Amino acid sequence: MAELAQSTPPLNNPPVMEQHDDKVISPWKDAWRSFKKNKLAMVGLGIVVFFILIAIFAPLLAPYGFSEQKLADKHLSPSGEHWFGTDEFGRDIFSRVLYGARISLWVGFVSVAGSVIVGSALGIVAGYYGKIVDGIISRIFDILLAFPSILLAIAVVSVLGPSLRNALIAIAIINVPIFGRLVRSRVLSVKEEEYITAAKAIGMKDSRILIHHVLPNSMAPIIVQGTLAIATAIIEAAALGFLGLGAQPPTPEWGKMLADSRDFIIQAPWTVIFPGLAIMLTVLGFNLMGDGLRDALDPRMKS
Amino acid sequence: MTEPLVKVENLKKHFPIKGGLLGKTVGEVKAVDGVSFTIHKGETLGLVGESGCGKSTTGRMLLRLLEPSEGNVFFEGKNVLGLSLNEMRKMRREMQMVFQDPFASLNPRHTVEKILEEPLIVHGMKDSKERKKRVKELLEVVGLNSYHAKRYPHQFSGGQRQRIGIARALAVNPKLIIADEPVSALDVSIQSQVLNLLQDLQKEFGLTYLFIAHDLGVVRHISDRVGVMYLGRIVELADSEPLYDNPLHPYTQALLSAVPVPDVEIKKERIILKGDVPSPSNPPKGCAFHTRCPQAMDVCSAKRPDFREVEKGHYVACHLYE
Repeated sequence: MAELAQSTPPLNNPPVMEQHDDKVISPWKDAWRSFKKNKLAMVGLGIVVFFILIAIFAPLLAPYGFSEQKLADKHLSPSGEHWFGTDEFGRDIFSRVLYGARISLWVGFVSVAGSVIVGSALGIVAGYYGKIVDGIISRIFDILLAFPSILLAIAVVSVLGPSLRNALIAIAIINVPIFGRLVRSRVLSVKEEEYITAAKAIGMKDSRILIHHVLPNSMAPIIVQGTLAIATAIIEAAALGFLGLGAQPPTPEWGKMLADSRDFIIQAPWTVIFPGLAIMLTVLGFNLMGDGLRDALDPRMKS
Repeated sequence: MTEPLVKVENLKKHFPIKGGLLGKTVGEVKAVDGVSFTIHKGETLGLVGESGCGKSTTGRMLLRLLEPSEGNVFFEGKNVLGLSLNEMRKMRREMQMVFQDPFASLNPRHTVEKILEEPLIVHGMKDSKERKKRVKELLEVVGLNSYHAKRYPHQFSGGQRQRIGIARALAVNPKLIIADEPVSALDVSIQSQVLNLLQDLQKEFGLTYLFIAHDLGVVRHISDRVGVMYLGRIVELADSEPLYDNPLHPYTQALLSAVPVPDVEIKKERIILKGDVPSPSNPPKGCAFHTRCPQAMDVCSAKRPDFREVEKGHYVACHLYE
């Protein structure tokens, strides 16, 4: 950068000088710094990373296949051979919980990604263009939000048919209005900012303003809400699985595992405890991380 | 004086007041109510008035950041208001704006480089190396350094940010710059630096300014001609010197009497206006100023005075001079 600094002095007024340091603090780096200071948030991040690693390396880590049955070994209590015990078909619960991480995280990420994309697009259009467009989109959101979310998910799945993929779609749909409203409200406030007027004055097209100015400045709350929504999506997927509307056997989905084992809760409590713990920990991780992100990103503009 | 660069005719902006259950229009705020003036090539026209008098609205309407309710704006003979959105976007190359709040007018998530590059991209400078070179040039022109390009707006002081705002306006080589209270948000010590920068740039690039401000001293310093606005109308317009030395309109007289003089020996008589500015949603009939005018006559409340040339180049809208 040194050669750049040797520029000719401008015109005849002295340049406003300050010390030459090359430290550039981007808003994201700044947020990461305050996130790092938040211990609980880092614990949450740790848990999330831990489960992501488990999901990726499940085939390597699992001592048994997730659908490997040994009926003779059914309902074995936790031991050196089966860390988490076995279920009513003699399947290794430890392996199934590991594989289950794949499914839960997959459902969480994909469904939330879907609702973020659809919700943001609708929210931006509603917020930026206002008037009738806004009226129509907002009323659709209102209608979707009028149903209890799990009931709506059940309705969607019963129309599409029970399967993991349809559960995922259902969860994505119920989250769309949440993101839509969030983005709409952000856009409403961002579009009144003077740098948007400045962008218009420059002669920028609406599409460019939306993508380069409105969207980046609306990102922070979407990220926070997205993280928290992954947690609820995982719970909802488990709930749908529990009701038999999500993953079908022998898929090792955590909610489904709970449902299958609930008859044996007294004789073989480990069949319920471990998948339950896995759900709880993942959700806790995402929630802690989301709260930390909120603290790091929300007091947005630090000067 | 040369031919006018900008000609504004009877410009009006009425904001509807929505009320009731169905959002019916129940009234109008007459933010700008019939403003006409011209700006000549290479000059600085100052526009002063208290807050809410419509001076910023006027500036924004010239650029069509706000659509006027009525009136015409001609730029180099072309009617700006008749242009399609696409043509207007191209037109923006010619006329740019510097905003009041240097903290709000720069996108906090963009580096200075990106901020200055954007107008170039939008107006079709495709080569990225060329753009980077231009950004460097612009930064130097406004008194910053090229290494500032990688920084974010929050790393600059108010004065520096305003320089970035000016550089952004200059990026496309405009002919007209509308400066909407460009120094009002700055420290007094920084104000003069930015004003001098604006003047230097004007000389260097032959720019024309519409300079909007509420600080009479600042406007006097920079303007060739000055228009005084009150409640959405221009009440007096003249060359800077005659206006300050010999204000004709009672409102201008009152306004100027409030300017502090840095000399304890001089005892000035201040004209204190009574009452508040009337609401622009229900402006007084006749001359809008008659409710507060110390020299009000009967005719003032009945008839709106014409905007007439009283002396050469000195326009005033007041019944005293008819």
